Amino acid sequence: MDKRKLVQALFAFATNAHVQGFYHGAIYRGKLKSACVPGLNCYSCPGALGSCPIGAMQAVEGSTEYGFSMYVTGFLVFVGLLVGRFVCGWLCPFGLIQELLHKLPARKIKVPKKADNILKWVKYLILLIFVIFLPILTADKFGISTPWFCKYICPAGTLEGGIPLLLANRPLRQAIGFLFSWKLLILALVILSSILIFRPFCRYLCPLGAFYGIFNPVSIRRYQIERSKCTKCGLCSAHCRMDIDVCKNPNSPECIRCGECVKACPTGALTGMAIRPEPQDSRCNDKIAD
Amino acid sequence: MKNTKHRRKLIQIFLLTASFLFMITGLLNGEAQTVLAKAVNICLECIGIG
Repeated sequence: MDKRKLVQALFAFATNAHVQGFYHGAIYRGKLKSACVPGLNCYSCPGALGSCPIGAMQAVEGSTEYGFSMYVTGFLVFVGLLVGRFVCGWLCPFGLIQELLHKLPARKIKVPKKADNILKWVKYLILLIFVIFLPILTADKFGISTPWFCKYICPAGTLEGGIPLLLANRPLRQAIGFLFSWKLLILALVILSSILIFRPFCRYLCPLGAFYGIFNPVSIRRYQIERSKCTKCGLCSAHCRMDIDVCKNPNSPECIRCGECVKACPTGALTGMAIRPEPQDSRCNDKIAD
Repeated sequence: MKNTKHRRKLIQIFLLTASFLFMITGLLNGEAQTVLAKAVNICLECIGIG
């Protein structure tokens, strides 16, 4: 198991350590849930110890007292500013699930560049429409609204929360209806496409990835290329699972900071997630791109 | 290049300050309690039942 998989697995377990919840069909009800976890992790997952930031944002927007969540937005800006989409690559349980699915033996599909360039914008639309605008604009006279993204799109909620709870909780099973079938359909599509395409949900649908991605170019920890060392061999881009032209844009909003490009670089020109602005052996600023 | 780095540093400082101000304001407004109140109950909509 490589280092990243280990971190992903440990973090997924650490944030979903309420193991007895899976057996009893109940969720953790402690105070830790007032805090958000950085990744997409449904708070109705029986194991979840913290709150999903996307769910929390909609919960606050859809409550009687607030129209917009300063708390969750501040948290997301803070995390995004520190590490950008590093969260997606290293700390998100649903990202890990997709990666494991992609390991299943099947013919893999590379999404054509043209389609990829269009589809990647869908997640930004989902963030704006389903996570921000609809929960705010559709509030009833009491100020309460539906968590649109969680209710109609999020496959993580179905997989991490819905299925385990329904398996262990008989009364809940009586309430299954059309909505659950719809969400199962979305989940099935995401699972199937994850087998064929590397992280399709993260690439095209995840509003959390969209939010963090905005901060990739300005995040405190980010990739840097020392141009004097770069031979333009293209190995970094060839190893990129998110199909980014790393040499051209090492801090693309699509980058999940998995580090495959850094590992692939034969000359050490690419510095991974360095907090210090310059690589040690370079004093010439104009030779560094980031 | 130097200008870009300087500008980015300014953006980082601005965003860091803004994020802290947002979080503190949200906490003082009691948003964390709202999150807690929602998260300690099974969100039927989130799991596809509501």
